[in-house]
Amino acid sequence: MSKIFQAFAHGKAFIPFITCGDPNLKTTAEVVRAAVANGADLIELGIPFSDPTAEGVVIQAANLRALQGGVTTDKIFDMVHDLRGDVKIPFVFMTYANVIFSYGAEKFFGKCRELEVDGVILPDVPFEEKDEFLPTCKKFGVDLISMIAPTSEQRIAMIAREAEGFVYVVSSLGVTGVRSEIKTDLASIVAAIRANTKIPCAIGFGISTPAQAQAMAKISDGAIVGSAIIKILAEHGTAAPKFVGEYVREMKDAIRCVN
Amino acid sequence: MTNQNGRFGVYGGQYIPETLMNAVIELETAYNRFKDDETFNRELDDLFKNYAGRPSLLYFAEQMTNDLGGAKIYLKREDLNHTGSHKINNVLGQALLAKKMGKTRLIAETGAGQHGVATATAAALLKMSCVVFMGVEDTIRQALNVYRMKLLGAEVVPVKSGTGTLKDAVSETFREWTARIADTHYCLGSVMGPHPFPTIVRDFQAVISKEIKTQILEREGKLPDAVIACCGGGSNSIGTFYNFINDKSVRLIGCEAAGRGVDTFETAATIATGRTGIFHGMKSYFCQDEYGQIAPVYSISAGLDYPGIGPEHAYLHDIGRAEYVPITDAEAVDAFEYLSRTEGIIPAIESAHAVAHAMKIAPTMSRDKIIVVTLSGRGDKDCASVARYRGENIDE
Repeated sequence: MSKIFQAFAHGKAFIPFITCGDPNLKTTAEVVRAAVANGADLIELGIPFSDPTAEGVVIQAANLRALQGGVTTDKIFDMVHDLRGDVKIPFVFMTYANVIFSYGAEKFFGKCRELEVDGVILPDVPFEEKDEFLPTCKKFGVDLISMIAPTSEQRIAMIAREAEGFVYVVSSLGVTGVRSEIKTDLASIVAAIRANTKIPCAIGFGISTPAQAQAMAKISDGAIVGSAIIKILAEHGTAAPKFVGEYVREMKDAIRCVN
Repeated sequence: MTNQNGRFGVYGGQYIPETLMNAVIELETAYNRFKDDETFNRELDDLFKNYAGRPSLLYFAEQMTNDLGGAKIYLKREDLNHTGSHKINNVLGQALLAKKMGKTRLIAETGAGQHGVATATAAALLKMSCVVFMGVEDTIRQALNVYRMKLLGAEVVPVKSGTGTLKDAVSETFREWTARIADTHYCLGSVMGPHPFPTIVRDFQAVISKEIKTQILEREGKLPDAVIACCGGGSNSIGTFYNFINDKSVRLIGCEAAGRGVDTFETAATIATGRTGIFHGMKSYFCQDEYGQIAPVYSISAGLDYPGIGPEHAYLHDIGRAEYVPITDAEAVDAFEYLSRTEGIIPAIESAHAVAHAMKIAPTMSRDKIIVVTLSGRGDKDCASVARYRGENIDE
């Protein structure tokens, strides 16, 4: 079992997503430390991909900036190695199938174990294709995080029963990005998940304000925020860590005591 | 050739977000229900015959044959179809299927614009709304087709992300589908993407080889020695190959776009320069760097300017049943001009890649051999860019 459950031991979890190498890896490491110091419970580290088909324009642009800055999977591993000197909360990598396939699953997940990266989120690997990586994930003790979407319907039970780490609930149709309103009946989706697994569920896609995070935390075990943080990085660049820290504090405060 | 999980050997699969899984399952169920349905096939045959102009001609290119002095060359005239390319075959099939599924809106990616025009056409005919995503670079290279799509009532969305070409148009259409599924069918234009698309598109394009077989047996009383087609994602080539796969005496040759050459970075020849990967819903060959980042490919041909190839082609390559050869911009432009002058047929620059290979191999074959080249589309759309390539600026 990975350490992911620890992320849900301090009230409702706040999970920031950060694209590694945007604008450079030094800033990414500082942003991670600022997020952790301000109450982040688990960090989702994005390994950039040239063609991120599940992302909206904000994260697409971050991927592009990071790759133009020369970031590679190996350089990201080096950064995580440095972070592990002082940062102990769970990490998961979020990337696309080809990044791992190309690196070699054995080598990639072996590296994850060495660096104590607890899980991996792959938006282009649905339940039907998880055997592509699952045997190797299991071998190295890395959780392959399952996603459940508003369109999953009768698939929820099947996915939830075999889910590991936590269940990533996609809040609405479409790609990642800030939304003014989330209309999906998430409470019934979460209920269907909980009927089939004991592992926590966190909701992501479209969350940016403390009020949204609070509403999501009320019906689940945590909130995942990506685009809103990437926007801070896009605006402030290397000066972003301080601003991300403030944002994380505000978001975590909004959900910490939600029941 | 497709196995149960939509695999061709190890290739294919369904590498897509969970949000789209029920949509592809619904599509597969509908396709399995309708593909052998008598009414569906009668309606599709009627559209093929009375709207698209099928069967397309198999034309004996006598002057080209005499000029090259080797194998007899026949041209499969998909350029004579309504809308000017083979794309209409697949689009009529998918649009009719989408209509049966109760969908009211078609979305599509397009490179050269031929698939977009075909989709806009089917949408107009079947009274569906239509949005076409096209790389911003391609909207410039293929301005005439943008206008045609708009004329047909479609909305054209220029895609600025990435390299602003076909791969980005595909990504953006997938993103749009993720956001709006209930009333929308993604009318994918090639034998790529997640299962069941590679199978559905192949089945609708297989009419090409079915007709070639009947027509060549009528004319020559024997099968061809080689069939040749250009190959980007690979829909006209799989259509050209499909009914010959079990006829081992027929060489199957796919012509990839080498751009400025396979030894340069400005190429789109996937089999020649790519390796196995996972992208756009499928496992197949892709042009990529050592970390799996998809390469920014290049070809003069917008329709072949794609960093991947359909999974069935990857399989046919691995088992050695089909051959894939790279053709450069320069060779394709020469063939474009050659066929225009020699036979009075202006081929699409995509199809010119296949013509170029026929020009290479025909003289090496004896006069009793037969080559069939599929002309996937007509070349009106390419005149301005070929003129530019030759240093001449003309108004479109």
